[in-house]
Amino acid sequence: MIKQLRVAIGLIIALSTAPVLADIKTNVTIAAPWEVASFDPAVAGFALQKLQIMENLVDADATGILRSGLATEWSASEDGLTWEFTLRNGVIFHDGTPLNVDAAVFALDRALQQPGVLKKAPISKISGSNGKIIFTLETPFTALPAFLAHASTIIPAPSAFNAEGKPVALIGTGPFKVSDFTPPQNISMARNEAYWGTAPKIETVNYLAASRAETRALLAESGNADIVFTLDPSGYGHLQHVDDVETQAVPIPRVVTLKVNSGHPFFNDVRARQALSLAIPRAGIAKAITRFPEAAAGQLFPPALGDWHSKDLMPLETDLDKAALLLSELGWTKGEDGILTRDEERFSIMLRTFPDRPELPLIATALQDTWRELGIELEVSVASYTEIPAGHQDGSLHVALYARNYGLTPDPIGSVIQDFGKGGGDWGAMGWDNADVVKAINIIASTKNQEIRGENIAKVVNSLQQELPIIPIVWYQHTVSVDKNLNGVIIDPLQRSYGLSKMFWTE
Amino acid sequence: MSSFGKTVFAVLATRGLQAVVVAVIVGIVSFVMMQSLPGDAAYRIAAGRYGYDMMDAAAAEAVRLELGLDQPAIVQLWSWLTMLAQFDLGISAVYGTPVADEITTQLGYSMLLAVGAVVASLLIALPLGIASGLKPNGLLDHVTLGVSIFIRAIPSFALGVLLVLIFAVQLNLLPVAGFKSFANLILPSLTLGLGLAAVSNRVIRDAVVDAMSADWRLFSRTKGLSAQRTLSRHVLRNAALPVVTYVGVQLAYLIEGVVIVETVFAWPGIGHALVHAIFGRDIAMVQGTALVLGLTYVALNLIVDLTCRCIDPRTRRA
Repeated sequence: MIKQLRVAIGLIIALSTAPVLADIKTNVTIAAPWEVASFDPAVAGFALQKLQIMENLVDADATGILRSGLATEWSASEDGLTWEFTLRNGVIFHDGTPLNVDAAVFALDRALQQPGVLKKAPISKISGSNGKIIFTLETPFTALPAFLAHASTIIPAPSAFNAEGKPVALIGTGPFKVSDFTPPQNISMARNEAYWGTAPKIETVNYLAASRAETRALLAESGNADIVFTLDPSGYGHLQHVDDVETQAVPIPRVVTLKVNSGHPFFNDVRARQALSLAIPRAGIAKAITRFPEAAAGQLFPPALGDWHSKDLMPLETDLDKAALLLSELGWTKGEDGILTRDEERFSIMLRTFPDRPELPLIATALQDTWRELGIELEVSVASYTEIPAGHQDGSLHVALYARNYGLTPDPIGSVIQDFGKGGGDWGAMGWDNADVVKAINIIASTKNQEIRGENIAKVVNSLQQELPIIPIVWYQHTVSVDKNLNGVIIDPLQRSYGLSKMFWTE
Repeated sequence: MSSFGKTVFAVLATRGLQAVVVAVIVGIVSFVMMQSLPGDAAYRIAAGRYGYDMMDAAAAEAVRLELGLDQPAIVQLWSWLTMLAQFDLGISAVYGTPVADEITTQLGYSMLLAVGAVVASLLIALPLGIASGLKPNGLLDHVTLGVSIFIRAIPSFALGVLLVLIFAVQLNLLPVAGFKSFANLILPSLTLGLGLAAVSNRVIRDAVVDAMSADWRLFSRTKGLSAQRTLSRHVLRNAALPVVTYVGVQLAYLIEGVVIVETVFAWPGIGHALVHAIFGRDIAMVQGTALVLGLTYVALNLIVDLTCRCIDPRTRRA
């Protein structure tokens, strides 16, 4: 009886929701934690770029190598102060209007006014003529093409803006166009038949923002979602045993780091920062909390960042005895309660972190426990992540724990300038100024000579490893589950694209 | 005008006045509460907009300038009230879209889920409650009491995941999450409906027990009405009054208070939107959402009042 009832209910639901004929699928459903609720490229650009709804002048492959996008070629003037990007011919927006210089200049000018990477580049003017977009710079800046591959520089159609210049629609040039948008949960897309490049094989795509990791794992297990991004450790472990699902963990250039206020009297000596680093149980954190033992960060930049990851560097180690010795050299002695004191001042500090990434509070408590052994009293404050840049600005921050993406642009120099350039950065060095590093960063950003660039990258990487203005803890892995019958899936470590246009079903 | 028409008019006038008072008070209170939250609103809004990879002090200062957050609070409040008088709820500080558009979409989905949950709860609770009430302290009464306590004790989040595991993953009958088809509505409605039915079947049972033991029921039987007719014409009608009131309260709770279930099922509801708006200090969105929820309360109370007046002839003469 129960079996009959089950079959009957199954039939009713199947008939009401499923196609009549079992053909090769032409639809892909993606589940990810990121909600999309805006038409603004500065706010929702990350999703519009990944979903291939809108495109940039410059594209990049999964290894970060730049390739042509809406611009077919680009070059800099001899003095490096003028860059010209040749716009691709025959590109049509989803509304049927052609892409032209005016549309591109308007979109890029707007991106320059908004918070985003372009604001960090020394751009004085963006103009256009004869099918070319011209960037006039204040100082030479070789990373400009990489910056133009960032999600905040995607190019929407003129009709995506209202008369006041506010974004009001999702219209781009990409291989998929939006057919339905229900913010913040869903974007449905259809193949753009007029796409300038190779047409995708997939006909329709459904993007579902599911903020709970449990829900995403269940979507993958049930087959309701074909690709699921960002799985929690338990969901990832479970899905490895599900027949129709393949799991992947791809190293990405995001790093859990500890920001230290190097201007604070406790940390203004490099030995204090080295002691903190020696008292970080990286291997334990990587094994027990983030569950990828190989991802303990022996240096700041992970292997996914190519040139910036140095095989020659001695990995950062964990050694509590050495840490205790360094602190005693600095005049710290343990008091009766086991807490270090110096000149009647206790080594009592606050660590700021936030719960948006659930592993961060766990790592914070692991540090609290280990540092207590060393004699450091650590109060952990789990609040909004805005408390970190706010604490940087007003100088009240001691240490902060967060995950930083050094691959915001295909060339990490974009993040490095912000974090370790002159005066440090809200998400980078604090109270730490190293003129040699600043000089090296400026050379990296402006030179065309790859040899000189390489030498200066090595200089920066070595200095950061020795002086530890930012202390690395673990590198991130991007966890993904994919239906085994879905082929052509390339997981982009830079997280610029879901690669939908290359996917196809085999069954 | 008939006496019924007069009472309906009186109810409409009272609730209409309440709506205006609620709109002003809710707007002011939510504004004051948002202002008194710790932390810098410009930083929170910038964080909500750009995510923490792109958010920094410079972005926060740009937001402060763009939204005029450095203006005195009273000027900002006056500006909102002036716009409200023109039926304009403003623009979301985080997403840049009209607040009215966001609320319309999300309130629609919340109401759909709330109605689905109430329907599910009534389908379960009405037959069980009436049957238990007709035979108090019988086997069914004891069993439903035990099961009700058990279900009520399970957090709705856990109940939702359990139902997904059974119906979506194991039996593959229903989708795990989403909101695009009717099938998507079933599991979240059942999750909420089970929790509601666990209480409402006891409310119905008590109302039926009270009605069954009332003097007027004995009188109706004495004057010659059959047990069936007594049940349908008198017992259920009297028992319906507390039940309708209770369902009205449930509906109001459902529209605003199902954030966890919305999140588990990736359902775009207004509770979820309100929580995000509070975290992102999206003041216009918080004020707009609170206002709409307040007015929904007033509307639900109105519907409950009118329904009770239809069911209970005594109130028409009052």
